[in-house]
Amino acid sequence: MKRFFESVGRFARFAGTVILDVFRPPIEWEQLWRQIGQVGSRSFPLCAAAGLACGVVMTLHSRTTLVRFGAGSMVPMVQSLGFFIEIGPLLTALLAAGRVGAGIGAVLSNMRATEQIDAVEALSIDSFKYLVVPRVLACVLVLPLLTIFTDFSGLLGGYFSEFAAAHISGPLYIERAFSGLTWENFIPPTLKTSVFGFIIGTVSAFFGYTTNEGAEGVGRAATNSVVLSSLLVIVADIILVRCIFIVFPETAL
Amino acid sequence: MKEEKQTAIYLEHVTKSFGEKHVLRDVSLPIQEGEAVCLLGRSGMGKSVTLKLMIALLKPDKGHVWIGNRDISRLEREELSRVRRKIGFLFQSAALFDSLNLHDNLALPLRRMTDKSKAQIEEIVHNVLGEVGLAGDAQTMPVDLSGGMKKRAGLARALVLEPEILLVDEPSSGLDAITASEIDELLLRRKMRQNTTMVIVTHDPQGARRTGDRFAVLDQGRLIAFGTPPELERHPSEVVRNLMAER
Repeated sequence: MKRFFESVGRFARFAGTVILDVFRPPIEWEQLWRQIGQVGSRSFPLCAAAGLACGVVMTLHSRTTLVRFGAGSMVPMVQSLGFFIEIGPLLTALLAAGRVGAGIGAVLSNMRATEQIDAVEALSIDSFKYLVVPRVLACVLVLPLLTIFTDFSGLLGGYFSEFAAAHISGPLYIERAFSGLTWENFIPPTLKTSVFGFIIGTVSAFFGYTTNEGAEGVGRAATNSVVLSSLLVIVADIILVRCIFIVFPETAL
Repeated sequence: MKEEKQTAIYLEHVTKSFGEKHVLRDVSLPIQEGEAVCLLGRSGMGKSVTLKLMIALLKPDKGHVWIGNRDISRLEREELSRVRRKIGFLFQSAALFDSLNLHDNLALPLRRMTDKSKAQIEEIVHNVLGEVGLAGDAQTMPVDLSGGMKKRAGLARALVLEPEILLVDEPSSGLDAITASEIDELLLRRKMRQNTTMVIVTHDPQGARRTGDRFAVLDQGRLIAFGTPPELERHPSEVVRNLMAER
């Protein structure tokens, strides 16, 4: 129990240092651009494919029920509300936790095991600011963009499914999909993924940067990064959804 | 405090433990400017730890680590960075950055630590890579280098900022005798030309004889001998004499 609280304390201190170092000059622009590119390019194909597949599956399920109640025309709206409010943000965060989180954990722990982090320090470079902060910041900035890609991929998947079932036209699908959607349904859920990005980046960097178990620790850091960041993303989602309902009560379905 | 004005590095009553394991116990070691000191001892006796203490990658539990007149174990980050700029470190594994090619591995500290123009950086990188015999491999990624090339590349990166002090961890480990002697030659040449202070951790007494002015022997966390090779060959400790007799 004591070790658990010690770990929580160390993680809280690590996360606090990340937040403070984001605002402490100099900003590592070169590293930040590189990490944004890596986070985006690693996750984009995965998010697009997963969004498309989920869109098809969700339409297949919702269509059966809605048609039974004579509400078949509402399938596109249910699809868009489902994706923009919850499925898109959560699916993107969980995919990023698996893809990006594991990558950050493995890369940093490998750098620790092969003394590359010590080498950064020996060159008078602040390794935390150089290696950790740009990775976390990249996750914070890229997750909302990836979420938008996932949302629209989901809509596209839904359209394909609807077209196959009901031969609905593209413009009509779009009109119906966006008929019930407001900015409040889109902006807060999309922006909450920045918090998910912070969780994924910080948890993964924590396991990678602080590991000290040699090559064996690389695999463990990657696994721990995925497991804990996925879990914390889901817990944070519950809290953030409640917060969004308080600030934008009309978004509660 | 420091013993002499010309002391480049001084470990003063340094103690370091990891949990229950006492790695260094009350070690004091003065190293003069321009001299090459080889740290000898069996595996796990605290040689690499001593080296990392000298660049504040580790902090002592007790005692002081003086670089010139600064106790680097108690410096804030900004000041520590300034002191570290005077020190080059060749890691045992070379520790080249995987994601950067050889050129960028060397250019990184120059871009970060100096105001040099792009052309000047190109010239310095080219010259230093030439010095270690890797001028044609500037665009090669570390993963494509052999063990000896990695070591030379790591040495090139350690030298690129023209350090006053060079810390070298196991320059010959994992290398054949010819490549190891090439590395020793490079170190010797740098010492002769730039009067660089060197601390070299090694298991290779032959290589140490080529490059070192004085030897320090660590055993059970204590500095049991410190002197020139002839002095150590006559040392009362059998451990020291055995180390010196190794071929």
